[in-house]
Amino acid sequence: MTIPPRGSRIVVGMSGGVDSSVAAALLTDQGYDVIGLMLRLWSEKEGENRCCAPDAQMEARRIAAQLEIPFYVIDARDAFFEVVVQPFIDGYGSGTTPNPCLNCNRHIRWQFLLSRAKALGAGVIATGHYARIRKGDDGKYQLLKNLDPEKDQSYFLHVLTQEDLKRTLFPLSEYTKPEVRDLARQLDLSVADRPDSQDLCFVGQDSYRDFLRKIDPSLVKPGPILDLKGKRLGEHSGLADYTIGQRKGLGIAGPEPYYVIDKDSITNSLIIGSKSELGRDTFDVDGINWIEGESPTGPIDADIKIRYKSRTVPGKISPHSGDQAKIELREPLPDITPGQAAVFYQGQICLGGGTIRKEGR
Amino acid sequence: MKRIYLDYAATTPVDERVITAMLPYFKDGFGNPSSVHGFGQAADKALDESRRSIAAGLGAKPDEIIFTSCGSESDNLAIRGSALARREKYGHNHILISPLEHPAVQATADQLAAHYGFEVGYLPVDPDGSVVEGSLSDHLRQDTALVSVMAANNEIGTLNNIHHLASDCRERGIPFHTDAVQYAAHHPLDVDQSGADLISLGAHKFYGPKGVGVLYVRPGTELLPIQTGGSQEFGLRAATENIPLIVGMAEAFRLVQEEGAARRERLIPIRDRIIDYVLENIPHSQLTGAPSANRLPNHASFVFKDLDGNLLIQVLDSEGYACSSGSACKTGDPKPSSVLTHLGFAPDWSLGSLRISLGKDTTGGEVDQFLEILPGCVQRVREVS
Repeated sequence: MTIPPRGSRIVVGMSGGVDSSVAAALLTDQGYDVIGLMLRLWSEKEGENRCCAPDAQMEARRIAAQLEIPFYVIDARDAFFEVVVQPFIDGYGSGTTPNPCLNCNRHIRWQFLLSRAKALGAGVIATGHYARIRKGDDGKYQLLKNLDPEKDQSYFLHVLTQEDLKRTLFPLSEYTKPEVRDLARQLDLSVADRPDSQDLCFVGQDSYRDFLRKIDPSLVKPGPILDLKGKRLGEHSGLADYTIGQRKGLGIAGPEPYYVIDKDSITNSLIIGSKSELGRDTFDVDGINWIEGESPTGPIDADIKIRYKSRTVPGKISPHSGDQAKIELREPLPDITPGQAAVFYQGQICLGGGTIRKEGR
Repeated sequence: MKRIYLDYAATTPVDERVITAMLPYFKDGFGNPSSVHGFGQAADKALDESRRSIAAGLGAKPDEIIFTSCGSESDNLAIRGSALARREKYGHNHILISPLEHPAVQATADQLAAHYGFEVGYLPVDPDGSVVEGSLSDHLRQDTALVSVMAANNEIGTLNNIHHLASDCRERGIPFHTDAVQYAAHHPLDVDQSGADLISLGAHKFYGPKGVGVLYVRPGTELLPIQTGGSQEFGLRAATENIPLIVGMAEAFRLVQEEGAARRERLIPIRDRIIDYVLENIPHSQLTGAPSANRLPNHASFVFKDLDGNLLIQVLDSEGYACSSGSACKTGDPKPSSVLTHLGFAPDWSLGSLRISLGKDTTGGEVDQFLEILPGCVQRVREVS
């Protein structure tokens, strides 16, 4: 992030929520020529994507009017379906648990938005994310955790490139969420108390499981529940209904509680086992984005985060062949889930991350 | 940043002279024209004078002028009012319109079809968007209740030969309605010359206020009121008349009669300069609608291949130029315009539409500035479309 000169044009991605509204307000206040942009995204039910539903759009429009900045809505539905929703469906089809927010950030909230911003004469975009960008001594941009660890979104932003970071501002990086809500109140923004968005924005009132069933019933078929030796213990309702490490809802009695250990999409079997059989300390990731722009030449020590809400665990990353790496954790984790992202940190710096690979057991 | 408005077909600012004419009727002359007392009588006088003034501008009689709340309401009253009246009287069930009508006509016809059992037929149009001459007789039926064809299209600026259509209808005793909301903002309109039985006008397209319109109703035209209540407007439109807006509309319309020819004469060469410049300097561009001779004097509309028209409008706005596009919509829904689709434009063209409409005070200098930046903006938008 290079601080743009006062008065220069900045496009703020607005969702009608408190974070992006305050981001827009702060930049407007600092004298930038701010344009509010909302992307219209695909939704299971037309007009119900939570990031751009009519009420969210009305809120964003109201905030823009209050700030006296232009506000435009740009259609991104086709692109969103293609690069976010379809891979999400395909991911479940191959027995993984994809995180669509990562593709959305990479392709929609950055690539797509940056290109539109450029057309609108803005070299820089700003969002309401909680993370920091710093220009290092080597001239490269670094992504840092947010100062408030309670609200650090760097996990979702590890997909950004040098080019993205160069053209991005996070105006909220110095604030905590409660401070942002206070700011919204001080600025008299009507969105101060809007609840945070949750769940998948493109899935309607139902769960993602119902969504998958509706999109393609063949994705969620009942099948056998097996133990690690291949013994049949029961029947599951569809692999997409389960996550790795899950204990509740298996409906199988045993001497000790069972946990979901693996999902075998080829045989459509759910593999369960005891707590001692759960967990791994070694796994592979692919599709790695190294924020610095290139992969380290040898193994490095880093802290690794395998889910947004999980703690980081120290480990070793050994890059091999292109954008892949082998991860060895200092301690095993019970819920290493293929399809989710493993994100690497050294201290405050986010090095990048990749997708946890499914492997033959 | 100085903003330049080039969207006068959407709406216009109220003329200072119109504001001056209206002002007394908000406060001092606030009476209800139906009241017996002096306040009412003063308001009634203003109403009567306004009606006479508009009638004079149209070559009509005062009692043929019905004040409404807008052009859309006039269309609604004309279409729904005459369809229902004709069905009641003659059992007619067929409505014949052009396929490029304003939504106020189209959606009213659609509702009559969906909920009242009418059938809607469409007249053929040529590639410019004009109803094909001589096509009417092939499409009229024994039970045709009315025919409606707009005088000028809002999106592509094309004019229709209303006189011909109206005469054909007249011969068969079928009422003919025309939405002249765009047309009457520029061209003189004489009810006898045009021959239409029902004519819709809206004040805000010609520097009058929003919220007031007129339906001209030829004597003898069967019409049921669609807003019932008091007996205002000869029983055709219940509601206390909005005197300030009506006075404003009359003044604005008087100014069109007085200044219209000069406005047209000045704007036509500027409009033609836009058309020539765009077609020459922007690759893969096409004019939509009719060539100069048969289009609104202030109206130039285009499609650009492989371009997100919505984004172009936003980019132009961010550069300080306010234009519109037939398919543009502030909610970001890029449905291709039904008008352009009907005219045979595929989505790779129709989604990239741009309408530039000039105002009586638009200068050649402003248009030159605009034309200077337009090709670059088109290029920038194309790069990401």
